[in-house]
Amino acid sequence: MRKDILTSAIGMLVLTLVCGLAYPLLVTGISQVAFHGNANGQQVFVDGKLVGSKIIGQAFTDAKGNPLPRYFQSRPSGTDPADNDAGTEFENYGPNSVITEKAIAANIKQYIALNGKYYPGGLNASKVPVDAADTSASGVDPDISVLNADIQAYRIEAVRHLPAATVHGLISKYTSGRGLGFSGEPGVDVLELNLALNRLRTNQ
Amino acid sequence: MTVSGWLTIFIFVGVLTALAIPMGSYLAAVYSGERTFLDPIMRVPERFAYRIMRVDPTREQNWKQYAKSLIIFSLVGWLLIYFILRTQGLWSFTGLNPMGFHSMPANVTFNTASSFLTNTNWQFYGGETTMSYFSQMAGLAVQNYASAAVGIVVAVALIRGIAGRTGSSLGNFYQDVVRTILWVLLPLSFVISLVLVSQGSIQNFSHYLNFHGIQHIAQTIAMGPVASQEAIKMLGTNGGGFFNVNSAHPFENPTGFTNFFEMLVVLLIPAALVFAYGKMVGARRQGYAIYGTMMVMFLGAVIVCYIAEAHGSPAQHAAGLHTAVTAGSTGGNLEGKEQRFGIAGSAIFNVVTTVTSCGAVNSALESFTGIGGAVPFANLSASEVIFGGVGTGLYSILLYVLLAVFIGGLMVGRTPEYLGKKIGAREIKLVSLGILITPLSALFCTALATASSAGRASIDTAVAGGGPQAFSETFYAYLSQANNNGSAFAGYTGFIQPNAGNLGSHGINFADFLGGGAMLFARYAPILFALAVAGSLAGKRVSPAGLGTMRTDNGTFVVLLIGVIVLVGALTFFPAMLLGPIVQGLTGHLY
Repeated sequence: MRKDILTSAIGMLVLTLVCGLAYPLLVTGISQVAFHGNANGQQVFVDGKLVGSKIIGQAFTDAKGNPLPRYFQSRPSGTDPADNDAGTEFENYGPNSVITEKAIAANIKQYIALNGKYYPGGLNASKVPVDAADTSASGVDPDISVLNADIQAYRIEAVRHLPAATVHGLISKYTSGRGLGFSGEPGVDVLELNLALNRLRTNQ
Repeated sequence: MTVSGWLTIFIFVGVLTALAIPMGSYLAAVYSGERTFLDPIMRVPERFAYRIMRVDPTREQNWKQYAKSLIIFSLVGWLLIYFILRTQGLWSFTGLNPMGFHSMPANVTFNTASSFLTNTNWQFYGGETTMSYFSQMAGLAVQNYASAAVGIVVAVALIRGIAGRTGSSLGNFYQDVVRTILWVLLPLSFVISLVLVSQGSIQNFSHYLNFHGIQHIAQTIAMGPVASQEAIKMLGTNGGGFFNVNSAHPFENPTGFTNFFEMLVVLLIPAALVFAYGKMVGARRQGYAIYGTMMVMFLGAVIVCYIAEAHGSPAQHAAGLHTAVTAGSTGGNLEGKEQRFGIAGSAIFNVVTTVTSCGAVNSALESFTGIGGAVPFANLSASEVIFGGVGTGLYSILLYVLLAVFIGGLMVGRTPEYLGKKIGAREIKLVSLGILITPLSALFCTALATASSAGRASIDTAVAGGGPQAFSETFYAYLSQANNNGSAFAGYTGFIQPNAGNLGSHGINFADFLGGGAMLFARYAPILFALAVAGSLAGKRVSPAGLGTMRTDNGTFVVLLIGVIVLVGALTFFPAMLLGPIVQGLTGHLY
């Protein structure tokens, strides 16, 4: 009994030193040298100032939370406030819940209000892509679907006075394909896309 | 549904099998003391570990000694993690608490310590608002290693009992743990974590990033040593997320590729152990039969879940959404799912992590459709035998194998025997108890939590609404904790945290203690029964197979085994499942 306690206690301490401290420190050391950008979150800078991470979604809204028409909009987020990476959480909307239906309907309404007048022939609920109406899992989903980006492109072209070819060129540029060609879905990185739009304006 | 979705399913099964076979041979070599390619590196630290732990690895243990060492090792582990978590604020001097987080309340800490000790990784807390880097690394990750090792060594001990030709010995517990860490978990985690960083996972000790986005709104991005944590979390089928949203977070699971990779990592050891089993008992076909059983049930679960999620939810259809696949959109029930994983990547991932004891999620289970959400329920109801947790899966399905042999023996009217060893009344009693403890704990706790106002206080009525979803939340919480899984219909809460960093936070006694107790009981009681079965079988004489011996390595036995697993699960859980997910799946009605 006493020998088991002693052995276990020493074993646990050694395990803590090796697996709890040495292992993560070693991985950090190697990562910081070999994959410096990734290990620190793929930070993006504009004019030397940090503006976000390439793979963490942001809300492109004004201070009151209203979407800014000149930016592509991210997916609905379940965090408080939206796209808050310091406290990620699932929205946990149930599949048969009235609350879910109302939330989805509100997202659809907002999406149509923002994009309907620019979209040829107008938008209705059945034309809204699911990723624009459904809350993401992480609340900081960096991507939107290609269809979602294509619909929003009409608005961006009109608001920013840009030719369609330019906007669609940028969309394809910031679309990542499926992993290994089959795993997952293509996604358009919203932050990178919006930053590229801003760069166009400053270059003109 | 898409072609790429179906491709993902079948490529996954192929790659998994191709990796698991050689990995199984490697594991068999490690636990049989044969030479492996890591010997030149690991022999020295191994000897060093034995010396400072004062272990004589040549001293063989019978099942009672093996169990005693295991229980004491776990008890010490529980005390250590409880201590580290409760003193979180005092470890700031290490520099590994840059956000200055305080400790969680005692009741939540009890739940969390029990959770990580038992390989459950049920989380009432959210990592980025609660845990310092020190707690994550020195507290939680250490138990990720230890609990995975404990699960594996119990399976190895049971294999030795079944294969045993030499009396009552099951090996040496401490030797098995040390070899598991050095030859399996540590080197693999190291490689996996670097692969994850190369794809975009983060690995640093920085303060969280505070900045103003391009629209000048203040924002914060959480940081930390994520990849090293993520690697062992998946490899050890632990599943405790560094962040609150677990593998849905882009820093934990950045791309479609990492999603595929992490799924492989979860199933690698559970699948390989089955092949290792065949090799160690000297009858590879026995391993193939068990692998076939697991794979049939796994594929069934994946296919049902994928079809259900691709169909979309009643709430979506009521709101007027069109959920078919269209050019540029994956369609389906994307509520609570990430764009980069899509429907297939989310459905397969959550089946992978609920058939095992992993419990990591890359999407919100609570937002799955009724039938899609019934799949994780069914996976848990099968008591972790479809691959299952590292080790726990193998020893659990071996108990079912013995039960199937017994039932088959009764049907043909012969004394049941497995691999030449007669299965007597004592073994069947132990097997039955080992199988029934987990479901009984789950149902007992669910009933208690549903019937009492203290239990109902944990239900998130704001989003789940009333009706069947509220019951599903509660049922899933105790089913998951009793099965040591750790995934959640995450609305169910046991921790109220108004501010990041735990100031002013408090737990809910009922949910914290009942859940913590269920995790401990439903982990260690079946382990003791499995070890007792191992001890009982170890000493038995082997009689040669004759003409009348029932074969346990052919298709007929696979069908019998699946029948027994489904029957036990269905008889136990069907009434409760009807009240929750199945009602939701069968109706388009909104509550």
